[in-house]
Order: sequence, then structure tokens, then C-alpha cells
Amino acid sequence: MIILELFINALIAGILLGGFFAALSIGLSICFGLLDTVNIAHPTFIVAAAFCTFILNANFGIDPILAGIIITPLFFGLGWVIYSLYYQFFEKTSAEALRGLAFFFGLLFITEVVLIISFGVDHRLVNAAYIGKSFGGEFAGISVSVPFRLLSAFVVAAILTLGLQMFLDRSFFGRATRAVHQDMMALSLMGVDPVAIKRIAFAIGLGTCGIAGALMIIVIPIEPAVGRLFIGNVFAIVVLGGLGSISGTLIAAMILGIAESMVSTFFGPSWAPAVSFTILLGVLAFRPTGLLGVGDTR
Amino acid sequence: MIMRYKFEIGCVAFLVLAFILTQLGLNRFFFFAGFAVLQFIMIATAWNILGGYGGYINFGTAGFLGVGSYTSIALIQWSNVSIVPQIIAAAALAGLLGLAIGYFTLRLKGVYFAIATLALAIVLETVVNNWDFVGGAAGISILPTRKPELLGAVIVDRKIGVFGNYKEFLFFLIAGMTIFSVWVARTIEKGKLGRGLNAIKDNEEAAESMGVPTLRLKLIATTISGALMGAAGGIFPSYLTFIDPLTAFNLEFAVYSLAMPMIGGTFTWIGPVLGGLLLGTVQQVAIVTISSELNLLILGVVLVVFVTFAPHGLVGWFMKKN
Repeated sequence: MIILELFINALIAGILLGGFFAALSIGLSICFGLLDTVNIAHPTFIVAAAFCTFILNANFGIDPILAGIIITPLFFGLGWVIYSLYYQFFEKTSAEALRGLAFFFGLLFITEVVLIISFGVDHRLVNAAYIGKSFGGEFAGISVSVPFRLLSAFVVAAILTLGLQMFLDRSFFGRATRAVHQDMMALSLMGVDPVAIKRIAFAIGLGTCGIAGALMIIVIPIEPAVGRLFIGNVFAIVVLGGLGSISGTLIAAMILGIAESMVSTFFGPSWAPAVSFTILLGVLAFRPTGLLGVGDTR
Repeated sequence: MIMRYKFEIGCVAFLVLAFILTQLGLNRFFFFAGFAVLQFIMIATAWNILGGYGGYINFGTAGFLGVGSYTSIALIQWSNVSIVPQIIAAAALAGLLGLAIGYFTLRLKGVYFAIATLALAIVLETVVNNWDFVGGAAGISILPTRKPELLGAVIVDRKIGVFGNYKEFLFFLIAGMTIFSVWVARTIEKGKLGRGLNAIKDNEEAAESMGVPTLRLKLIATTISGALMGAAGGIFPSYLTFIDPLTAFNLEFAVYSLAMPMIGGTFTWIGPVLGGLLLGTVQQVAIVTISSELNLLILGVVLVVFVTFAPHGLVGWFMKKN
């Protein structure tokens, strides 16, 4: 019975964690999946956003989720600048394979060092009414507890990811982004500037870091290097979901969340980081097109 | 005749020089810093075999070094194995790791290899954190063997040994390993493997259709590169005498191993040597003058600047001038 109780609690925590993972990965799913820009600095930008949230919360007492919304335009602008540079120096000369990757890796490292210099390596937390509480109850003899911090992150993440998915599916801009993904040449023959569309789409992808960062500091205490722990997660999710598929990303995030939660519960939390890597390698080896089979990894 | 072998002669001359230096009784800090610089050159050279010649980025340097370090530690813990077998075992294991990672990801686009290697270091750190035999998350102290012997001769002893102290011995050992790595890299570059890798870098599909066995060449390069990094890591515990997962799997190694060839120039063996010499020396000077965080910040900025504006590194810059 205790096993069943652990299992059900781990399942619930896993689903909530999956929502959080979806928020972390959705931006990368756009940047990497749809636009082919391998932004390995994505998790580190999320950590940077989490520190912005921390500043707003600690100094002005702003609710972390509201703070996340406030800083989103900042990261949208950052994405705009980064893509412009990236296009100018790497994509235009088709040097993105080796040097583009090194460029993003450099950004990752610079961001991390700047965070260490300005904030030190202490763990930081935010304060809000819903953090630190949980509700629970007994259902058919099984006691279940749901921490509010995970639940609130899940709700916001669900709104974010479903909203973005609707936007990309329904709006003209979303269809244009998919068109860039499919055939850039055809698009420019139609008189559309594919670079302008990619720039906006990349900025949207990086803009999600704002809210994702707020969710991160709600869910876990953060320190500058914590982004590295999530590199495996976000890439495993995007690849598992199938490149360019937003709904695939959501499903993959749930799978990874549940898997990590189960491993944490039954083998100990120190083994959790190994889960994403195992899934990533497994997917790359056996099903590189992802779950829904829409990716192109060759 | 002499011109033909001038590289080999240079190698031997450098090795002799390194040996003479160890006999002069210089300040120990010289050997400590010199070791670090030589190790950097070795790491850069190893990285460049796959990254520079083949165009496949490996972010997992820390992982390969860490596997090397922890192989040595496990062997010391198990039955106090001496340093040379430690290094050989470390190289073998790291080479196998490279082969395995390559086998899973090298059939796909290059970015997947890069991502997998980036995640690799984190997973290996997780494993070591959970493995108490090699010290777990708290780290472990290593005591160098007393009066180590090799082929009947006492290697390290103040009076009768070949080397006066352990740091001098390690310095000579890493000098030999670095020379060997550079020789391997140069041999690859001038040979069939290097030409094949270059073809892959330029256009993998075209290379494949011309009959270049792309997957096999990439796997060979990954294995050699990984094994050399493992060897560089295998000697690390004896040098530091204390090692913990945070040191062994530090992301800095990945940045350095990327920055050194990029700054020096990736297309020839001199590039990583030059970059390693430069960044290694700067790091050693920075440790005693400015804070290490500031040093890392400068390193990151320099990497981005070189990647963006000087894609062929210092060597390419000089070649254009001549």
C-alpha cells in the first residue's frame, strides 16, 4: 500500500513537473525545432530571468509570476538582438554548424559568469503567498499531497504553452513560421522576408524565458550554474517530442517529468539528472524523428 | 634528410629540454604552472582532432577528463596501481566512452553529438556523486606512491631517484604525453584520416557519395580524441592530490578546450598548441593577479569575439599577412 501511495504521489508530482518542463522547453522548441538555431544557452537565459524575478521580488515585493510577465519584453528584445547577430555572422555565411554552436556556448558561459560575479553562488528563493504550502487529503485510504508551488507553476506553464501552440497553429504569423521551417526559398520567392520572420520567432522563443525563469525560481532554489542541469532535460524533451512539433513537446515534457519524479521517489533525487540523458541518448539512437515522427535529424 | 624529420627532431629536443629543466632544481611553482599549461595544450590538441579536422563539436571535455581522473582514483582505491597503468586505463576507458557516444549520435546531424556530449558531463557527475568508493560528492585525497619504481629504477626520491620530487616527475610525464598527442594530431592531419575528416567537415554528403567511410572515420577520431583527453585526466588526481566532482567535471574545461583551438586556429596542429600555450599562460598569471571569475569572463568574451570575427584564429591571421 505504501508503494502505491508513493507511486500515486510521484505520478501527480511528475505531471506537475512535466508542466514546468514544458514551459522551460517551449521556447527552445521554437528556436531549435522550428528555426534550426541550436540555442544551447536557453536554460542559462532562463536562470538569468529567474534572477531578474528575484530582484523584482526581493526589492519591490512584486509577485514572481507578475515579475516574469514584466521581464518578458526584455528577453524578447534580447532574442531580437541575438538573432540579428547570429544571422549576420553565422547563418548568412552558412557557418552555423561549428561556429554558431561555439557562439551560443560562449553566450552561455558569459551569462553564467556574469551571474556568479553579480550574485555569488548562494541559492536564492522568492516569497509569495502560494509558496511553501500544499493541500492534501485522503482518497480511498491513500493520502495525497500537492505542493502549491508546483501547482501554480503547472497552471502558468499550461496557459503559456497552450497559448503559444494556439498562436502558432492559428495565426498568420504562426503559419509563416512553419513555412520558414519547411521551405525558406519558397517563402522568399513569395515576397516574404524569411529572416524577419525568423527574427520575430526567435525573439518569441527567447521571450518565453521570462515566464519560465519566474516559474523556475518558484519551483526550485536557484544558483547561477543551475541552468546546466536543465540542458539535458530541455533538449531531451524537444528531440523526443519531434523537432518543430509543439504538441510533441508537451507530451515529451510530461513523459520526462513523470520519469524524473519516479526515479527521484524510488532511487533517490541524486539520480534524477541521469534520466534526461538516458532518454536523450535512447531517442537519438532508436527514434531520432521523435515520438510523433515529424522531426528531421539527419 | 634532416629537413624531412624536423618535426620529430623538434619533439625529441623538447623532451630533452623538459628533462633538463626537471634536473635544475627550479622552484616547485614552475613545475606546477608548467604542468597546467602543458595539460591545456594536450587537451586542446585532443579536442581539435575531432572538432578542428572533422567539424564535430565536443562539449564534453570535462566528461572525458573526469572519466580519466576517476578511473585513476578507482585504481588507486582498488589496489594502489602506479601512475603509468593508471593513465593507460584512463585513456582506454575514455576512448571507449567516445566510441559509445559517437556510435549513438554521430549518424545524425553534428548538433546532436554536441548536445549529447554537453549532457554527458552532467550525467557522469551524477554517477560519481552517487559512488562512494571514489569519494562521492565530498571528493577524495590521493597520496602519491612512496618511492615509485619503473623497470627497476627509483623514479622519485630526493637522493637516489631520477627526479627530485613528484611534481618534477609529473611535469616530465605530461611533457611526454603532450608531445605524443601533438605527434598523433599531426600524423592524422597529414594522413588519410585527416583528409577524410576534412572532407566530412566541408560537405559530409559529398564525401559520403565519393566513398569516404564517414561514420568509421568519425568514430576513429572520436575514440582517439576521447582517449587522449582521458589520459590528460588520468594524470590529474596525482597532480592535484585532491579531487571532487565539481573540479573534475567543471564546465571551464569545455570552454577552454573550445577556446584554445578557436583562438589558435583549428585547421592545423600548431593552432591548438599556440592557443593552449597562450590561454594556459594567461590562466596561470590570472590566478595570481586577478580574480578567477574575471578571468573566466574575459575567456568567454575572447571566445565569442574570435568565433565571430576571426574564424581561422591566430594562425589564419598570420597566414593571411604573409
